[in-house]
Amino acid sequence: MNRFALIAAQLSIAIIAIVFWQVASTTTLFGDPQKISFFFSTPLAVVKQIVAWFIEGSIWYHLWITFSEAILSFVIGALAAIVIGFWFARQPRLAAVFDPYIKGANALPRVVLAPIFTLWFGLGIWSKVALGFTLVFFIVFFNVYQGVREVGGSVLANARMLGMNERQLLRHVYLPSALSWVFSSLHTSVGFAVVGAVVGEYLGSAGGLGYLIQQAEGVFDVAGVFAGMFVLAAFVILIDWLVTVIERRLLIWRPGPGEAGK
Amino acid sequence: MPPLAMTDSVNRAGQPPAPQPPAAIRFDAVKISFSLPKGGVYDAVAATDLSLAEHEFVAIVGPTGCGKSTLLNAAAGLLKPAAGAVYAFGRPLNALNRDAGYLFQQDALMPWKTAIENVAIGLEVAGTPKREAQERARAWLAKVGLLPFAERYPHMLSGGQRKRVGLAQVLIRDPRVILMDEPFGPLDAQTRLIMGDLLLQLWSADRTAVLFVTHDLEEAIALADRVIIMSAGPAARIIGDYPISLPRPRDMAEIKLTAEFHDLHRAIWSVLKAEVLKGYAQSEHSSAEQAGA
Repeated sequence: MNRFALIAAQLSIAIIAIVFWQVASTTTLFGDPQKISFFFSTPLAVVKQIVAWFIEGSIWYHLWITFSEAILSFVIGALAAIVIGFWFARQPRLAAVFDPYIKGANALPRVVLAPIFTLWFGLGIWSKVALGFTLVFFIVFFNVYQGVREVGGSVLANARMLGMNERQLLRHVYLPSALSWVFSSLHTSVGFAVVGAVVGEYLGSAGGLGYLIQQAEGVFDVAGVFAGMFVLAAFVILIDWLVTVIERRLLIWRPGPGEAGK
Repeated sequence: MPPLAMTDSVNRAGQPPAPQPPAAIRFDAVKISFSLPKGGVYDAVAATDLSLAEHEFVAIVGPTGCGKSTLLNAAAGLLKPAAGAVYAFGRPLNALNRDAGYLFQQDALMPWKTAIENVAIGLEVAGTPKREAQERARAWLAKVGLLPFAERYPHMLSGGQRKRVGLAQVLIRDPRVILMDEPFGPLDAQTRLIMGDLLLQLWSADRTAVLFVTHDLEEAIALADRVIIMSAGPAARIIGDYPISLPRPRDMAEIKLTAEFHDLHRAIWSVLKAEVLKGYAQSEHSSAEQAGA
């Protein structure tokens, strides 16, 4: 399938869904349109709501809040995870001691922490950053840990025979290997940073996309809820595309799928 | 040094006469063992004496799994012998052998560095300024015929090209002794010939001491000054030591057609063949044991 046909096929899915939605919520073909539009709103109302948000400009404020929360929790979470992941991977005894605690903390559903973070850090962005941090940290941590420990034996032996000391091994061998694992999990970890931000906002905040959706739900404004969800979905697709661009740049040395081991 | 019961040709080497310059590598009754995961000890190499003179090209040939590579790792200082000692240029080896360059059997290039970065890294970590290291790396890539591929990452190169980069990576540091562990093992027959010629051509420039491990007897005879035959493991030992007096410079393909080559090959193969068969028998025996267990 060429690029054009692919985009056409992708668009046609959206068009079919929207037409079906519009028909169902405005005609009697599938039942009482008033009831259906109460539960599902209508595409027109959702589009009107989105356009209104962008025209009055309030959406930018909420987008910015969610974006900065996600970025902050990603950056802080990833940095902490890289440092601690490295430390643990190089100190197997330390890792063994902390192993049950790390696993236990990772098994905890992070949503239950949200009220505590609100208590500790207030209703502002930092309680959401904390929630996102707990999600991002473990993903990156496990990847760094794996990356450092999975450096190929012959690559390591070769680097040592080439005269590298411990510091140079860290810089030229361990760090690139660990970062490659971090980058390959970038989609997941950035996605979780956004989840942390939105869930945190949803549970208590004064701004952001999660707040917007929660406010609309509070007054049974179904059009507002759907509008919020669509903006959020577009936002996530945009961020995912950005991650793909960054990833392609950073992992240029990696064989693509299907061309490995030429 | 305790005299060892070996074929008499072995004793030609090994005994260090005092006035001569120290050997590049000398194994003095080196024994290598591994502790098995289930307990117990596996003796990979029995007490072995071997010395590699400066400017000498020695090939070690033996059946698969006979402990050739472990000997090489001991010479590199990556592995500590269970008994005996390794000497590098007269000094006992206690840590990594800083005089040695090691070309590994497996891919050992750093996949996140381009060809030229991989070649230059050995100089850079030794403190050579980055620009000078890059320039010398460029010259080395030209020597191994890979200049147009300088900016490629290892996965964009073929197996033979990766070996060339590996060769340049090792040789650029100008090691006093080169250790090679079946470096051309994974390559196809034609590429092996070409790599052999390249190695001989680069080697003839300064004739650094080389310890070359291979399972390919023809390759060993065509390359080396001396061919050492090891017995099948466990507790592998040296069972033959043959000087190769074929004239240099040699051509890997041409030399295999000469009568001298054939005579040498026949003489050494008669010894090696028995060991290879023994090696097969053992591995079949142990796999039968595993199947029974």
